[in-house]
Amino acid sequence: MVQYVRTGFDASFAALSDATRRGVLEQLGRADASITDLAEKFHMTLTGMKKHVGILEQAGLVTTEKVGRVRTCTLGLRRLEEEAAWIERHRQLWDARFDELDEVVEALKRREKVDGRKKRE
Amino acid sequence: MDARRESELTPMKNRTTVERKSERELVVTRTFNGPARIVFEAWTKPELLKRWWAPKSFGLTLLSCEADVRVGGSYRLVFSHPAAPKPMEFFGRYLEVTPHLRLVWTNEEGGESGQVTTVTFEETGGKTLLVMHDLYPSKEALDDAIASGSTGGTGETFDQLDELLLTLRASVGGS
Repeated sequence: MVQYVRTGFDASFAALSDATRRGVLEQLGRADASITDLAEKFHMTLTGMKKHVGILEQAGLVTTEKVGRVRTCTLGLRRLEEEAAWIERHRQLWDARFDELDEVVEALKRREKVDGRKKRE
Repeated sequence: MDARRESELTPMKNRTTVERKSERELVVTRTFNGPARIVFEAWTKPELLKRWWAPKSFGLTLLSCEADVRVGGSYRLVFSHPAAPKPMEFFGRYLEVTPHLRLVWTNEEGGESGQVTTVTFEETGGKTLLVMHDLYPSKEALDDAIASGSTGGTGETFDQLDELLLTLRASVGGS
């Protein structure tokens, strides 16, 4: 979880280091928009805007979907990606917990050996 | 399988799996190299629970850990992480405590959308298969938990990112 969050943070900070990209996020916070709309709004070429949106998309801050000839940008991850990322984060947390639990189990086993199993029930 | 870094203490690292079994269920599994009575003990004695619940490898620090493990008894775990603005709290009640076999508890920090967790300990040949089953009250409750990123306190972490975004938005102004 935190590991995922950390890399997420790095990518997010990189994505947010640019004023135009922050503006794009703010814009998408109000409503979905096509890349053409965004390019116009930010007085930029289509190619330039595509690049910015690509960086936001990689950081998981924006999702794009192409319908016909228009690519629409939305704030946030796709539902399925979001679920997969959450499950992996959940797995990492429990995996780390269980690694530590392994050590507790080992310690208890050693103790039982030493105690000659006086512990019952 | 996963022999990257776990050669020092455990002879073989067992795999942790997580699966969304249905619209309302999430299942975590892991095998432990020890008998069920020992694994159960590690889940039910607060002084043992606190040794593994907030893994250091995650940068988590356990601030407090209370667990009155008997039917109707309650638990409360509080831990912090440098990326979280405030400590994360988890609490609920034990609904079922069957020594060495089964534990059931509620998760009440999220209000009514909280899941009920059932942990079973299945011993075979000195090893224990642990199955942790989370049952959410509705599909929406699990979907929401996923959407908010709230597992083990990530919700708060994402809240912080949200706050950061708000601050940045404010500083961008009207653009």
